[in-house]
Amino acid sequence: MNRQYETVIGLEIHVELKTITKIFCSCPTAFGGEANTHVCPVCLGLPGVLPVFNEKVLEFAVKAGLALNCEIASFSKFDRKNYYYPDLPKNYQISQYDLPICRNGFLEINSGGGTKRIGITRVHMEEDAGKLLHGSSSIVTSGYSLVDLNRTGVPLIEIVSEPDLRSAEEARAYMEKLRSILEYLDVSDVKMEQGSLRCDANVSLRPLGTEGLGTKTEVKNMNSFRSLQRAVEYEAKRQREILEEGGRVIQETRSWDEERGVTVSLRSKEEAHDYRYFPDPDLVPIVIDPGWVAKLKASLPELPDARKERLVREMGLPEYDASIITGSRDLADYFDAVAAEFNEPKTVSNWLMGELLRLLNASGMEMRENKIAPADLAALLKLQASGAISGKMAKAVFEEMFATGKSPETIISEQGLAQISDEGALAAIVDKVIAGNPGPVADYKSGKEKAMGFLVGQVMKETKGQANPGLVNKLLKERL
Amino acid sequence: MSLTSLTAHELGELLNKREISSVELTKAYLRRIEEVDDQVRAFLTVTGDLALKQAAETDEKRARGEKLPPLAGIPMAMKDNMCTKGIKTTCASRILYNFIPPYDAAVTERLLAAGAVLLGKCNLDEFAMGSSTENSGFFATRNPHDLRAVPGGSSGGSAAAVAAGEAVFALGSDTGGSIRLPAAFCGVIGLKPTYGRVSRYGLVAYASSLDQIGPLTRDMRDCALVMNVIAGHDKRDSTSAPLEVPDYTRFLVDDVRGLKIGLPREYLGEGLDDEVRGWVKRAAETLEKLGAVCEEVSLPHTRYALPTYYIIAPAEASSNLARYDGVQYGLRVEAGDIVSMYSKTRSQGFGEEVKRRIMLGTYALSSGYYDAYYLKAMKVRTLVKRDFDLAFEKYDCLLTPTSPTPAFEAGEKTADPLTMYLSDVCTIPVNLAGIPALSIPFGLVGGRPVGVQLIGKAFDEGTLMRAGYALEQGTDLTRPRPVLERTVEE
Ligand SMILES: [Zn+2]
Repeated sequence: MNRQYETVIGLEIHVELKTITKIFCSCPTAFGGEANTHVCPVCLGLPGVLPVFNEKVLEFAVKAGLALNCEIASFSKFDRKNYYYPDLPKNYQISQYDLPICRNGFLEINSGGGTKRIGITRVHMEEDAGKLLHGSSSIVTSGYSLVDLNRTGVPLIEIVSEPDLRSAEEARAYMEKLRSILEYLDVSDVKMEQGSLRCDANVSLRPLGTEGLGTKTEVKNMNSFRSLQRAVEYEAKRQREILEEGGRVIQETRSWDEERGVTVSLRSKEEAHDYRYFPDPDLVPIVIDPGWVAKLKASLPELPDARKERLVREMGLPEYDASIITGSRDLADYFDAVAAEFNEPKTVSNWLMGELLRLLNASGMEMRENKIAPADLAALLKLQASGAISGKMAKAVFEEMFATGKSPETIISEQGLAQISDEGALAAIVDKVIAGNPGPVADYKSGKEKAMGFLVGQVMKETKGQANPGLVNKLLKERL
Repeated sequence: MSLTSLTAHELGELLNKREISSVELTKAYLRRIEEVDDQVRAFLTVTGDLALKQAAETDEKRARGEKLPPLAGIPMAMKDNMCTKGIKTTCASRILYNFIPPYDAAVTERLLAAGAVLLGKCNLDEFAMGSSTENSGFFATRNPHDLRAVPGGSSGGSAAAVAAGEAVFALGSDTGGSIRLPAAFCGVIGLKPTYGRVSRYGLVAYASSLDQIGPLTRDMRDCALVMNVIAGHDKRDSTSAPLEVPDYTRFLVDDVRGLKIGLPREYLGEGLDDEVRGWVKRAAETLEKLGAVCEEVSLPHTRYALPTYYIIAPAEASSNLARYDGVQYGLRVEAGDIVSMYSKTRSQGFGEEVKRRIMLGTYALSSGYYDAYYLKAMKVRTLVKRDFDLAFEKYDCLLTPTSPTPAFEAGEKTADPLTMYLSDVCTIPVNLAGIPALSIPFGLVGGRPVGVQLIGKAFDEGTLMRAGYALEQGTDLTRPRPVLERTVEE
């Protein structure tokens, strides 16, 4: 029997919000820092202390919900999710259960040449837990475990999608789109490798053409877009093999092992928690003013889709260029700033997609760490366009600008890179070369064209390569 | 008259007139603790050196001519579930036997800033769960009026300390009656303020939606003075009310003319000791004589309050007490792995009553039972509150017994938790509704004090003080002197 199966994927994405202080106290949210230095009695959950809600978290969560086309609750509350773990100081997490702040949204991804709408079930707010460092591979077998509670109480939103994704590529496209939107909103650092963007995937298979959902597994521990795609691919394949052999998939939580490229079982449904959610009595319900939401909505920045459309429509960029440029808000902002001073959008996009992204990738830097001021890049492109420097030189100057952040004019003058296009200055050098090389001059005059190349080379040597080659040729021919 | 039987405002006058110094006063109280606390056992921790240092500071200020607030230099005690920076705060639990908080509770801060002198931390039923102070993880406290009897709970240590002359006043916390019951049993005044009136910051939580801190004092004026210090908004407690606090002493007028007082029939029926009923009637008559109008009223959902409380309070407690796991602080019982460590720490660290309530609460919140228990209880809570709302459309306050019986014998109810739970049947509805209530001594039964309870509208502690003050002025029944004190004085 050879049935066709369809993969069904839903994603749960945790986003660390970049508020300055934590969700229920005034400790800093800054990443890193010596262990247990960004803590206070409140985020340590010491006896007697109480949480006080940071309203900035609400603003960020509502912004995210609005950008994801969600309904914003007029009444919301915090609940306690009870479970024991040593990185959770109170042994409950303050989260949201039945009344999340945002629901029923969607975002659109590119899939199969068209766009596809992926439902967003809910967006809710919660506090992050701390981090454990085990003496050996797991907390159960380890002789000791160290607890760092710096991250405890950092605000999170959890964004839960509908099971609308049908392939690993779609899952990746969804995650990338979501990251881009969050970056545009400026509510998160969206760094997967630092854990500010974390993803769990619910994966199940069902016979093609059927409506019900198969037994799902939850895959955790993917910390890059690539690992998300690989993990979902692997898990879909693993489940298909089980089903094709007539077996049954068991509901469980699995962890993605990046090195081995496989998912491994973490715990089965039998061990699943009963979180005993109930409203947190230490916090008052959240009542939302619709006027405030309307104001926030009006203040939202231009989001990636709208911006891409604008670049195509108003700047005449090809679709492909526009989607790369708008994939990151920093890159798009940079593009706009350069194009504002050098009005050839396609040339600008070529430089960004070619030279800039290449150097960023090679150095592992973020767009925001780029040292080249937009005005300086515009100046470089103008110098090239005017013929003051060659394309080859422009690339060399660009690399130097990338490394040092200096302006192109400074680099050109420091390294003496400008072309000598002054006829008077060049004529003297040309005369000197003719006088000093009677042999090749004679050869040329006797019809040996090759000698001309030698003479041009001598002029270039004298000028350390800065002479404008066209002009040198012209002057030599005039004199010989 | 000995210093250890005077009120804070009487002592304040002596301090202001320089007839005594705070150091003398503090020494008198420390001596009193030494003399009687081996019988009463009200204190878990006595902070004598610190108290004398604080007392000396207020004396110096007074000597410099500084005008000091009314409680400056007055020796007081706090229930050991309120955090005191640098001083052990144990909740009378072995699981917190060594916990020293690096911060003060909001009430601690306010009292110390007002110059009150901290004598020490008082015993309680472990984590404030109980009605007799026999559930302490360390030792039981006894009733200063009769050492065979319990002082009530869970603020039994605080009430006993005030009654026995070991502190001028004390703070207690009240989740289901834990200030008012021991106040009644020990013959002192106890006020449970409106939920949100006094900051809970630094109060180790039992049931967050019910807990409230309040004073235990020797008379109504002291009650008003202490409330003037501890009441008010605190941005560290999200449930704290951002409301102005009146000067409570201005309610201490000897006049209740026109005050309409309801007598809820559900509190005066079956299960009530006849002599206690008699004292409540005499209290009503006293108030009427002074010009108040008393009428019978019905609060039909009263009988559901106790079972509702025993769902909600344990549910919250099961979550609030989850943090005591041996990881960060407190007791840790070493074991082979993390789960065994949790399990051994908690089973050795918590006493029977705490474990009982954690299990009740865990069960009530479990999936499949949540709707039947917790959610249903929350709905009934609303009905109980609505009874009060309706009654307060017509009445300024309500008069009930504080407890159905006077103080019972130590050990009498420990074997039967359900009987013990009935001790709080008159006080619990008030916590469910979040409104204020005052217990004021009124009469004796078999030598043991009886308390009557005045219940008020939210944030209307003033009316309770007015009625309480009238009762206090209208009779000589409101300040019973403990037998213990007579023995010592003879
Ligand atoms: Zn903190």
